[in-house]
Amino acid sequence: MSKISVKDLDLYYGDFKALKNINIEIEPNEITAFIGPSGCGKSTLLRCLNRMNDLVQGCRIEGNVLLDGTDIYGKNVDVNLLRKKVGMVFQKPNPFPMSIYDNIAYGPRTHGIKNKAQLDEIVETSLKNAAIWDECKDRLKSSALGMSGGQQQRLCIARALACQPEVILMDEPTSALDPISTSKIEELILKLKKKYTVVIVTHNMQQAVRISDKNAFFLLGDLVEYGQTDQIFSVPKDKRTENYITGRFG
Amino acid sequence: MKKSKFFESFMKYVFAVAACFSIAAVALICIFLFSSGIPTFKAIGLFKFLFGTLWRPGNDIYGILPMIVGSLYVTAGAILIGVPVGIMTSVFLTYYCPKKIYKPLKAATELLAGIPSVVYGFFGLIVIVPAIRNMELALHIHGKGNCILTASIILGIMILPSIIGVSESALRAVPHSYYEGSLAQGATKERTIFKVMLPAAASGVLAGIVLGVGRAIGETMAVVMIAGNQTKMPSSIFKGVRTMTANIVMEMGYATGLHREALIATGVVLFVFILLINAFVAAIKKKGVEHA
Repeated sequence: MSKISVKDLDLYYGDFKALKNINIEIEPNEITAFIGPSGCGKSTLLRCLNRMNDLVQGCRIEGNVLLDGTDIYGKNVDVNLLRKKVGMVFQKPNPFPMSIYDNIAYGPRTHGIKNKAQLDEIVETSLKNAAIWDECKDRLKSSALGMSGGQQQRLCIARALACQPEVILMDEPTSALDPISTSKIEELILKLKKKYTVVIVTHNMQQAVRISDKNAFFLLGDLVEYGQTDQIFSVPKDKRTENYITGRFG
Repeated sequence: MKKSKFFESFMKYVFAVAACFSIAAVALICIFLFSSGIPTFKAIGLFKFLFGTLWRPGNDIYGILPMIVGSLYVTAGAILIGVPVGIMTSVFLTYYCPKKIYKPLKAATELLAGIPSVVYGFFGLIVIVPAIRNMELALHIHGKGNCILTASIILGIMILPSIIGVSESALRAVPHSYYEGSLAQGATKERTIFKVMLPAAASGVLAGIVLGVGRAIGETMAVVMIAGNQTKMPSSIFKGVRTMTANIVMEMGYATGLHREALIATGVVLFVFILLINAFVAAIKKKGVEHA
């Protein structure tokens, strides 16, 4: 069974229809990449999956998004619990202006964990799983804002992991980073798929090829093509996909 | 060509003179206050003046400790009342306020800053003083309603605009990405505001509070009208007090000789308090800049 299934989803910003009849199945323990030119709706769809679009005024959704078979837009859904299960990493690293430790402990504390030993353990495991423990284990009490951009982004991934999510959404997580930090994060994402379902929005097609199992190509609010990454990049079925990945537009 | 160049340099001096004006004003005030205040400290004795608990101008006894304490008490009371209300108002304005009522609410908080202090005093005299008096009667406390509590309430209202205004802009300056980052981890809106946004805006909020403190400690007219003005050490919040500002304004009209100089020296003490507060604000601002 797929982890997330989006069924007949339409999304409007006021009168503007930003997503048109989207149907997509996201498989567990895979990396699914959303690609497409700016403004095609890929980030918008990503933000539907943990209901971050609720924050946008005038945003209206029709259709269903099922997580493990349950509609996340249903009436009795606890949005905060949903966001614990479906974590998110943003385009620009956004650690809070507090210590590294407190950044990671923020999520667990939010979800009611107060025991110091337990928090210590979560912080350590999360940082280790995000491959940044060795770089910051001696300065857990210093401010997260003192880290480099790449470190901050891995910290944000660790912060998402600390909530013990099932799905991790990543919105262009490396677009603000240099190539070395980018490759570190890509390695990390590949490791993460063993335990988590990863959905990533990316502008970088090489990145989509390098890390993703499946690829979804969006254009002007339409899901044009969805399939295995190697198939999409070698024998795209749709002419528009071919034009995009060969760089003829976009 | 030459003419416009002359005009440019001429205007430069015009602006410079305008800028010097305020510096000159501050410098002159400093010189006046300290030159007439410091000899008084010597004449009365600095320790006796600052820590003396008796103010008897008729007997040439000048101790302003009751007034210093009075100023500190009403200011502290104003903080206790104004800070929570002000911060919560700024949170409401920033995160909860529906667009329709934002403008009138914002205008109201700004109008609060423009009301003359004598009007605040009048309002206190007519509304708060009787209310406190009734409360004192109900609680069997001896008092007339003109007391620390009354002054604290009015000053608490008076410092609201600076706290609300500065806190709101500090909150709005916190990156929206923090807000999203916290919600994306499943935190509620309230938790996000109190654990992430407010701490991130702390230096700005603190600057607003200190500005409010500056206003409270320097306020004169409203306090004279409602605080009771006894020159005694207050023993409870239902006792009247006289602040340093009130001391000056009430006696300056008829004071002569050493009495007059003692009042100017009271002004020096007040001025030092204000300087300390301003230095504190500058330090916070500097820290805030380094932080960003």
